[in-house]
Amino acid sequence: MTESVLIKIALVTLFLPLIGFIVTLLFGKRIKWLYWFENSILIITFLLAFVLAYFKLAYFTDQTIISEFQWINLGNVPILKTFTIELGIMLDNITVLMIFVVTLVSLVVHLFSVDYMKGDKRYNRYFAYLGIFTFSMLGIVLTDNLLMIYIFWELVGISSYLLIGFWYEKKTASNAAKKAFLVNRIGDIGMFLGILILFTTYNTFSFDKIFYQVSIGNLPFGTELGLTIAGILLFCGAIGKSAQFPLHVWLPDAMEGPTPVSALIHAATMVAAGVYFMIRIFPILSGDALLVIATIGAISAFIPATIAVTQNDIKKVLAYSTISQLGYMIMAIGVGAYTFAFFHLITHAFFKAALFLGSGSVIHSMHHEQDMRKMGGLRKKMPLTYVTFLIASLALSGIPLTSGFLSKDGILAGTFAFGSLTGNWWFAASGFLVAFLTAFYMFRAIILTFHGKPKNKEKYEHAKESSFLMAMPLVVLSLLSLFFWYSLNPFNPEGGKLLSSWVKPPEISVPQNARYDFMKTETEKVNEANLTEEITYSPAYTNALRTAHYPTLFTSASLALLGILFAFLIYQWKFIDPDELANKFKPAYKLSFNKWYFDEIYYATFVAGTLALSRAIAFFDNKFVDGIVNGSAFVTVKLSAFTGKFDSIVVDGFVNMTAYLSGLTGLFFRRFQTGKVQSYLMFVIFSIIILLYIFK
Amino acid sequence: MIHIGLIHYLIVSSILFCLGIFGVITRKNAIMVLMGIELILNSANINFVAFARYGNFGNSGQLTALFVIILAAAEAAIAMAIVLNIYKMFSTINVDEIDTLKD
Repeated sequence: MTESVLIKIALVTLFLPLIGFIVTLLFGKRIKWLYWFENSILIITFLLAFVLAYFKLAYFTDQTIISEFQWINLGNVPILKTFTIELGIMLDNITVLMIFVVTLVSLVVHLFSVDYMKGDKRYNRYFAYLGIFTFSMLGIVLTDNLLMIYIFWELVGISSYLLIGFWYEKKTASNAAKKAFLVNRIGDIGMFLGILILFTTYNTFSFDKIFYQVSIGNLPFGTELGLTIAGILLFCGAIGKSAQFPLHVWLPDAMEGPTPVSALIHAATMVAAGVYFMIRIFPILSGDALLVIATIGAISAFIPATIAVTQNDIKKVLAYSTISQLGYMIMAIGVGAYTFAFFHLITHAFFKAALFLGSGSVIHSMHHEQDMRKMGGLRKKMPLTYVTFLIASLALSGIPLTSGFLSKDGILAGTFAFGSLTGNWWFAASGFLVAFLTAFYMFRAIILTFHGKPKNKEKYEHAKESSFLMAMPLVVLSLLSLFFWYSLNPFNPEGGKLLSSWVKPPEISVPQNARYDFMKTETEKVNEANLTEEITYSPAYTNALRTAHYPTLFTSASLALLGILFAFLIYQWKFIDPDELANKFKPAYKLSFNKWYFDEIYYATFVAGTLALSRAIAFFDNKFVDGIVNGSAFVTVKLSAFTGKFDSIVVDGFVNMTAYLSGLTGLFFRRFQTGKVQSYLMFVIFSIIILLYIFK
Repeated sequence: MIHIGLIHYLIVSSILFCLGIFGVITRKNAIMVLMGIELILNSANINFVAFARYGNFGNSGQLTALFVIILAAAEAAIAMAIVLNIYKMFSTINVDEIDTLKD
């Protein structure tokens, strides 16, 4: 197994889903069983990804394998001098882990969809769309440069658009698809500007070369501010794709798509692409940019968590929880907890996919009922779904012995350490508050759905446990939500290979004075400190992180348990009446129930603003532009009438007059044309006489 | 007794020519028109002979005159045939009425 073989496997892994997409899309209408072709391709892709991850992690642990080729050479271009674009593949530990996660979630979603989508009239096309999504997501993960990431970023956007609007006969679905696409576009503009800034500065798209250039002090516009601006612009792309505040509004609406799609795209993989992108460009994010990122992440973690508390649609609860968890990851990157952000990305992918597929299983058996108030008591009817949903919920709430506990604890420890080092405690505060809210709303959802008495008798009677193909993914994903895959010590995230040897903080390229204080390299202090364990960034940070570990561990676990207790008190044992509580805190309840009025605010400002602007432009268009056009038309008509008159009177008159004159002359000369030989002879003779007289 | 010279011949031939022209133009009968043409030819013959006699051109004048006489005979024959055909077509040989050349 050499490096080139790994690259080849990676290429095959990348392009197999594309083949599946093309074949299934082209022939899916006629050949009914073709979805099994797509599914088997996914199985092969997953196996290849597994092989890739295994060999990369086992034999090339500390190596980054890059394979590049020149795609376009435009020769000498003004300003940029040599203009070449390279494409390439990069395999490092993060890449192969991501590939593994993406293909695994994609595979189980494929299998789940076989039964879930049964009877749909565009059945095969659905699988084709899943294929193009998998292809583009793998592209984002595998690439080694900004250009390709942008290309696949947009491909992911279009496949998300296609799948949200898969049931496009529903007006809400097609609107949601449009909304998702347009909102994402706003973020992508920023991202593209960021890419262009880096490209014009460094004349390359490749991560490695950009990192190197930054590390030798070559900055955009020559200042640290330029680097910060570039970082924030690139982050705009992640804001859009990872549904961060203020562009988070598209994700809840995206739940109009089929539920397995929500699991794959709008929970586990695609929305994590933004976080993945931030992880990729982490070395060039300056301290100021990171602070902005952490702030956005904290806001995005907090606001959706408060919204999720009052939602009644089971998928909406999960959607807001997704935004909140993505906010966690973004916040973790912002506070420098790089490894934990990636760790949470992986664990979240599994348990959130399990939750979405579980909700899909419930929705399927309840005949597309999504309102939790009409469910209840499903525990007895669907035990397997209940157990898996419960495990995933525990993981999401951050209860010990689950994967979510490990990763969330890591992130909270990161924010805690950040607070103790810089004094910015409110990231940690927001993190803990969200941990409490998360546990509360997840168990509210579980109790409303699975516990208590059935509220809709008829639908309850028809509900039954899902088939094997739908239950198996739930089991796999919920097993992956347990702790022992990641760390053998359930209380220490670094107890496994994942964080201790596979994923490590990268070398920061940002100049020293643009970093956070604790990220500055202090060689002397490292030697003084004489620490036995590995140093992350600086001894101070390593110490702070270690100090933060136990307090956060207990605080987060107890907050989560407190949240669960509250959920049981209110919804299970009914000590407190939820309606009364809602009445007591009416403004807060209304704010949360109406999703903080984001849609309304955006409607009143951006949408209405755009409409008003459009109307103003339309008015201008109607009155001025059309006026000019109509005026010129009027002038032309009049001018034509005039020229027409001129033509018919003067020109025609001239022509007619010529004809008339010729006729007149003809009339005169025709007198001489008598036809009589003798008169001709006379003319001849007279003419001769005259000629003789003249030329005598 | 006046001496007959070249000028007298020319005067006679001019009178003859004018009579011929007059005949050609004024006569209505095609035969008479032909006779006018004969007169014109003969006036030309007189000129040829007279110039041959008084000039120093050798005998070419006389020969040309002979030639013209022969030509006139042939012309008369053809012209008579044409007149016959005209008569066949228009049932008249009045040249005033034969004016289809106008159309």
